[in-house]
Amino acid sequence: MRLRSTSPHGATRLSTVTLAALCVIALSACGARVDAGSPGASSSAESCVDTSGDTVKIGFLNSLSGTMAISEQTVHDSLQLAAQEINADGGVLGKQLEIVSEDGQSEPTVFAEKAGKLITSDCVAAVFGGWTSASRKAMLPVFEAQDSLLFYPVQYEGLESSPNIFYTGATTNQQIVPALDYLAEQGTKSLFLVGSDYVFPRTANKIINAYAEAHDIEIVGEEYAPLGHTDFSTIVNKVKSADADAVFNTLNGDSNVAFFKEYNNAGISAHDMPVVSVSIAEEEVGGIGVENIEGQLTAWNYYQTVDSPANSAFVEAFKAEYGEDRPTSDPMEAAYTSLYLWKAMVEKAESFDVDDVTAAADGVTFDAPEGEVVVNGDNHHIAKTALIGKIGADGLIHTEWSSQEPIEPDPFLEGYDWADGLS
Amino acid sequence: MTVLNALVRPGRTRTLAAFGLAAALLLLAPVVLSPFRLDLLAKFLCLAMVAVGIGLAWGRGGLLTLGQGVYFGLGAYLMAMHLKLADAGPGGVPDFMLLYGTGQVPGWWEPLRSPVSAILLILVVPAALAALLGWAVFTRRVRGAYFAILSQALAAAFAILLIGQQQTTGGTNGLNGFRAFFGYDLADPVNKQMLYLIAAGVLLVMVAVVRQLTVSRFGELLVAVRDQEDRVRFLGYDPAAVKVVAYVVAAVMAAVGGALFVPIVGIISPADVGVVPSIGFLIGVAIGGRATLLGPVLGSIAVSWAQTSISEQFPSGWIYFQGALFILVIAFLPGGLASVAGTLRRRPAVAGLSERSPA
Repeated sequence: MRLRSTSPHGATRLSTVTLAALCVIALSACGARVDAGSPGASSSAESCVDTSGDTVKIGFLNSLSGTMAISEQTVHDSLQLAAQEINADGGVLGKQLEIVSEDGQSEPTVFAEKAGKLITSDCVAAVFGGWTSASRKAMLPVFEAQDSLLFYPVQYEGLESSPNIFYTGATTNQQIVPALDYLAEQGTKSLFLVGSDYVFPRTANKIINAYAEAHDIEIVGEEYAPLGHTDFSTIVNKVKSADADAVFNTLNGDSNVAFFKEYNNAGISAHDMPVVSVSIAEEEVGGIGVENIEGQLTAWNYYQTVDSPANSAFVEAFKAEYGEDRPTSDPMEAAYTSLYLWKAMVEKAESFDVDDVTAAADGVTFDAPEGEVVVNGDNHHIAKTALIGKIGADGLIHTEWSSQEPIEPDPFLEGYDWADGLS
Repeated sequence: MTVLNALVRPGRTRTLAAFGLAAALLLLAPVVLSPFRLDLLAKFLCLAMVAVGIGLAWGRGGLLTLGQGVYFGLGAYLMAMHLKLADAGPGGVPDFMLLYGTGQVPGWWEPLRSPVSAILLILVVPAALAALLGWAVFTRRVRGAYFAILSQALAAAFAILLIGQQQTTGGTNGLNGFRAFFGYDLADPVNKQMLYLIAAGVLLVMVAVVRQLTVSRFGELLVAVRDQEDRVRFLGYDPAAVKVVAYVVAAVMAAVGGALFVPIVGIISPADVGVVPSIGFLIGVAIGGRATLLGPVLGSIAVSWAQTSISEQFPSGWIYFQGALFILVIAFLPGGLASVAGTLRRRPAVAGLSERSPA
């Protein structure tokens, strides 16, 4: 090898000059400073939403690739259905909806990027989507900085309320707390907690522990598995030997398949030790296998079997559009409802402007497939009826217990004495 | 050998011209791009910083670093922790700790309150970890696929660790919602532009550093270690030391990229630091041409740009395009797109490179 000793002085000089120039520009380009500790300086960007024509743009942001695609595609489909129906019915304020779809790729960073693109590049009037808490947390600062609207359709762990987000899935007091009430009513004295290791199960279990302490229920075990974990022999063994009255399951995704197979293999039946799940809907039952999960319980606010004219119409329209074998589930219904709620808010405000829509939001109702829902203007959640369901041999979930009337959303559990100190 | 030299060290004028052109393009971007696109470009530049380091370690040194997400993540999380503490104010507690944690700032967060020590830690922690790991691995003569597997396992472990410590690291949510960057309001477009210019400047410094390193005696040794490690040892040099230096430089570059990524993108989560993003960093380098100076940078920016624009057109199809491009380049252009010019001018050059293409 020939060693060369030419020193690249030219390159050095050029780099120095360029860098010096860049430094000067960078320093001269400084903008506003904030005082540490002061609330966020909302230099809300001027909205570029164009409502002058016969159409108005809205954005759908769901993961169409990656691990969450299997769930989020269903939400995307039902959003599309709602948009078609609204367009066929004359649109919103006489304007047809023009959909801009983006793929969140199951990554929080991409959700934040695409949200920014939808708001500032496509100038959409509102965005519908998100599934995981991580994706919502990633998008929240974007919507607040740009002063735009997000409709989030999935049940979640609560403890959040943003002026720029409407939460159309359940918060904890509309899903987890009623499920615990139901279990207590059934005489449950001991619980075993199983969950995936991320924010929703951890927060849910924190709430369950507080509830249990106040209601004389013993928590005999609390186990977490990494997301996507599929070996549950150890955990199921612990569950079996703990011999609790019931199991509260906050596992997510594929882990449920492995968990319920193992649960069945261990010879535990739904009769001996029922499992209450909060992330298993009609869509997932097929994947787990009805034979593995028949008779187990779920907690949601909507099932395909809900008996109402609005639901019959929704299920029929969905099957006509996407095929007879496609079930409808709670997140799909919440997404479908979210688009109609936005329409109702816009029509009440007679404006697409974010501030006008938000101001008009309080008390807006929609006769949703799950029953009538009402928007709470203070915390931007909606009043929903809680339903405990039992998984039937037909693969559908049948209502076993209902809160009878819609429960007012309370994302910070302020109305519950036992929840003091949780938030 | 002279052919290889020509490829590894392109002529001075050509480098100068390319460097000047790159600088001019980077300076022109704020004028022609919308604030949103400029923000995206700034993000791509941060990812390109990781690529520059990989270009040195993998392209020149033959170290298949499949776990750069660790160093990217270290830099990013350290910066994010500082921004969170700065937002909370003196003695304040970051919002997510109040919600999900104990409401107390853990002791190991405290050094990050001061901006000076935060910047120092961003440089020192990844360098120290890389030095320690590199020293342990390379003195034991672990190389090739074994080193690659090891570095990838490290990335997987790092992501799992972050997810498990939700009270102190934000878990799967990661850290986000930053208001200010060293006192400058992040919602102000002018400050966003400043961040872009900082990223562009830092990237150019890194390219210049790698250029200086590769034309130095160290650069010659690094290529020699890649191609004939035993001969280098017989000549009296310590190949492990050479590799450790390259590995540390690549780690620091990844960490700086991560640290700038945080204020620009506004979020860092375990999904950005695990195995998949670590491999993602490599794809751009391989496509651009790992053994060239600007190949990794241009490849990385091009792949990021393509990923964004293709996914905007075909929301669920971009991943197939990326895979197909990667396969095509590996199968037909082992030297990357940068070798196309060489192929056209002198075919044997590429043959020479692919024969001795590193692991």
